[in-house]
Amino acid sequence: MHIIESGNVAAALGVKLAGVQVIAAYPITPQTPLTEKLSELVDSGDMKAEYIPVESEHSALSVCIAASSAGSRTFTATSANGLLYMNEQLHWAAGARLPIVMCVVNRGVGAPWTVWNDHQDAISQRDTGWIQLYACDHQQIIDTVLKAFCLAETVSSPVMVCYDGYILSHTYMPFEIPHEDAVQQFLPPFTPEYKLDPKFPANLNTVTLPDPRPDVRGELAPGYMEIRHNLHMDMRRSLDVIADIETKFTDVFGRGGTPFIEPYRCEDADYVAVCLGSLSYHLRDVIDMLREEGVAIGVAGLRVYRPFPDQAIRDAFSHKKGLIVFEKALSYGYEGPLYADIKAALYAVSDRPTVRNYILGLGGREIKTTQLAAALRESCQVSAGSTDVPEFIGLKM
Amino acid sequence: MKDEKFGCRKSYSEPGPGDGGRTGSWRVLRPVIDLTKCIPAKKNKPACFTCWLYCPDGVISKTVPPTIDYEYCKGCEICAEECPVGAITMIEESILIMEEEE
Repeated sequence: MHIIESGNVAAALGVKLAGVQVIAAYPITPQTPLTEKLSELVDSGDMKAEYIPVESEHSALSVCIAASSAGSRTFTATSANGLLYMNEQLHWAAGARLPIVMCVVNRGVGAPWTVWNDHQDAISQRDTGWIQLYACDHQQIIDTVLKAFCLAETVSSPVMVCYDGYILSHTYMPFEIPHEDAVQQFLPPFTPEYKLDPKFPANLNTVTLPDPRPDVRGELAPGYMEIRHNLHMDMRRSLDVIADIETKFTDVFGRGGTPFIEPYRCEDADYVAVCLGSLSYHLRDVIDMLREEGVAIGVAGLRVYRPFPDQAIRDAFSHKKGLIVFEKALSYGYEGPLYADIKAALYAVSDRPTVRNYILGLGGREIKTTQLAAALRESCQVSAGSTDVPEFIGLKM
Repeated sequence: MKDEKFGCRKSYSEPGPGDGGRTGSWRVLRPVIDLTKCIPAKKNKPACFTCWLYCPDGVISKTVPPTIDYEYCKGCEICAEECPVGAITMIEESILIMEEEE
């Protein structure tokens, strides 16, 4: 069934379809109407879940950690400073290997206070051990929520589904609601290997000594460093699972098929614009415009930020003349974080493309098609080369 | 490694002695029970067990007489503090080790 609704409702309907059992969320700014929709669905009985309103985002994720440890399929959502307030528990959820799914409706972070879109919130949580998936439109939001549960429960890691605040969360677009039967085929019920059970008491994530030590059975239990190494290796292996799940999703629903990079007119392009989120769809119009001017350019939307799909990036872009990375985030004192990652991924490639970095749209600053076109025209000149420092688009000073 | 289950190394421990290692080696003072004062020992029947109840590491047995598992006792002194008849004395580990060596 196709409906016209907001990105937040698309996310909420995905959560409903996934058969989530426990939702914990803090309802006030910077939260979005996503959780209001979920509370309506639970209240009306359309969704058989426990909805736990809490007094902070830190508590929201704490409740999810407990519920997930007890074997429930668990969801929460937040934005901006709310996500930052969860920081400690983000690390905890990942270290505890709990398959919690969370929508992060991307907004700028304070100070100064803002509620508008950029990616600084999610990007700043890069190294918490969460998988980060990015959606470009309403259809991808609902689809990615379903894929996220499948992925989280397969690889025992929490997953963020990130989508642009206001640009996607509050705008209305048509999208298809997947059929329940197909969802059941795609997403089996959550069956954790261990869940908290008073009949079989266990101590989870207790003080772990620097060295491995024998457990009560005399078997060697992992030390802190082994647990960390395992989290890292499993994140790397998750890239294969992300690809497998995309294939499975396409088989069942007939959509998708681009797990890491969603290309547009890239095949014969000399230059490719790269970015996260809805901007890649905005850029498609600009690409069409430049193609008419004879510029061999395409755009690629990155769907996964962590684990970083470095091999997919090398496969797709090694032979290009230049990449232009547009970012709504900054690693203060250096450059755009995605730009740094992409350059690092290409380091081993001889005759690698030039890479340029543009920062734009911070705190909801309007991004104009003419600005994007001008930046791309400049970047596609042979003399352009790589940028030494990121250039800012739309700065007024 | 490649075929391992995801999340196979995480912190999970079952209740039982020794999951935190041989913590008895952390001890500086050793609690020693004077059985001439200890209530269950004197009456030769289950009684009191205040030390068993208060021990945070569960290393004191609820037996007649109570015994202390020095393999895991960290020497926190709570039992000596709580014993209603002052039957438990804390003795310097170094003195006992020297005595044992002689």
